[in-house]
Amino acid sequence: MTQNRVWPWLWIAIGGAYFVIPLVATFIFSLKAERDTLGFLAYSNVFDDPNFLNSFTFSMMVALVAIALSWLLVVPTVYWVHYRMPRLRFVVELMTLMPFVVPAVVLVFGLIRTYNTTLLNSRQGGWVLLTAAYIILSFPYMYRSVDTGMRAIDVRTLTEAAQSMGANWQTIIFRVIFPNLRVSLLNGAFLTFAIVMGEFTIAALLAQPAFGPYMNLLSSSRIYEPSALAIISFALTWGAIALVQFLGRGNAQNLSGPR
Amino acid sequence: MSSVQPVRLPIAPSAPVRRFTWSWDWLGVAPFFAFAIAFLFIPAASIFIRSFQDSSGSPTLQNIFDLTQPFILSAFAVSIRLSLFTALLGCLIGGLMAYAITLGNLPRVVRSSLSSFSGVAANFAGVPLAFAFIATLGRLGMVTDWLKWIGLDLYQSGFNIYTFWGLSFTYLYFQIPLAVLMLLPAFDGLKREWREAAENLGGSTWDYWRYVGLPILAPSILGTLILMFGNAFGAQATAFALTGGQINLVSILIGAQISGDALQNPGLGNALALGMVVVMALSIAVYGWLQQRVSRWLQ
Repeated sequence: MTQNRVWPWLWIAIGGAYFVIPLVATFIFSLKAERDTLGFLAYSNVFDDPNFLNSFTFSMMVALVAIALSWLLVVPTVYWVHYRMPRLRFVVELMTLMPFVVPAVVLVFGLIRTYNTTLLNSRQGGWVLLTAAYIILSFPYMYRSVDTGMRAIDVRTLTEAAQSMGANWQTIIFRVIFPNLRVSLLNGAFLTFAIVMGEFTIAALLAQPAFGPYMNLLSSSRIYEPSALAIISFALTWGAIALVQFLGRGNAQNLSGPR
Repeated sequence: MSSVQPVRLPIAPSAPVRRFTWSWDWLGVAPFFAFAIAFLFIPAASIFIRSFQDSSGSPTLQNIFDLTQPFILSAFAVSIRLSLFTALLGCLIGGLMAYAITLGNLPRVVRSSLSSFSGVAANFAGVPLAFAFIATLGRLGMVTDWLKWIGLDLYQSGFNIYTFWGLSFTYLYFQIPLAVLMLLPAFDGLKREWREAAENLGGSTWDYWRYVGLPILAPSILGTLILMFGNAFGAQATAFALTGGQINLVSILIGAQISGDALQNPGLGNALALGMVVVMALSIAVYGWLQQRVSRWLQ
């Protein structure tokens, strides 16, 4: 059977052009910071700006804390749902999908209104709320990824084997379950990282010195540096997602909350 | 290679529920639930309750009625138009691309690169995406510049990246990849035998798509549309960074309400947020219902 391949190629060409042209255009634009010549001036300006490093490190720290806490919250829960309480699966799955029903801007609105007289009065309050919001945002990815990983290992046998050798619950969770879920945990972590690093809405409304608000602020005073930042961010997202895809069991969950 | 799967919504257990008995098993899931209650449910409940309270805290429906002010209605209208338009166009283009890489006999490398790229682009939203489109189609953007060379002055002809159409064009950058990722499994599920059966019975290509292909794809396409609608409806960062908050969207209004009580009425802000949650919850509920229908075909 011969099939006409003109139409498929046409659709790919149209879509591909739409995907590639903005990236190429942005990259060329970012090279134009120096008059009459193309160069990496915009990039070196960005890297030389102490605020770039500060906000980038800040967002990275928040991302790492959020990932670690998300692991600690999700893994025992999924384990327990698999091993002891399968009836809870429905409720837990529904809760991890909440970031879709409650968009970031509404979540931060509720958090600020709820905690503005308590947590937000302390110096660390904003930071705590920011991390908490990111943990909530990470749930869909983390849950799905850990749940898939947990299906692949025989939780019951592993648990009973560990118990029969006298292991207690902490030992089982941290020394048996966690190591067996390495790939899932990394998957969830990279996806969370990709989302948190560029996140703007929550960080800006909580007035935190994160990378997203920094990028937005820069755009009011600079012309070429923002496009350099766009390229850097795209590379960062690409890196994180590529690692997820490379890890094989790629479960790049596409349902996150809208941003 | 990536295998991005569409979202499966949980299906309520149909087994008879045993009478609730307390057990220590609950302790295992307690931290997760405590966290979700503190940082998700209490904030959501507070929005709900405060939507029905006036400034002194007594119950009222005034905030809900106030949502019908022309200013707010127009924010909902623009948000809904933007979400609908980008969902429909994104689904059309994404669907055609998904069709091309599944049934189009293209080299495998096209499929793997498109699905990898889609995984990245679907997650590339917000401030950097806005920057990229300003650098491309802004007043000084590269493509604007290139088009000027060939005699097409975009900004003379009325185009502006900071308007509804500019924003739609930008949103498509994460909407199309989302459609590709979500429709790939649906197209993979179309069995070759069905097409052959249609041909053996004398059906044309048109007949096949009209009576077999599209009806089977319909629930997946609808589900994708709904998810894309919600994805655009809830987005705030891209629109804010692109227009500097100058476009009247529900999400932008809520942001402005947080940073400075832009509506001069705290209760109304809560009602606005509640309205947004209601739209999102309705869309995900319809999506869940459709998913159950889709799963029949994709086994």
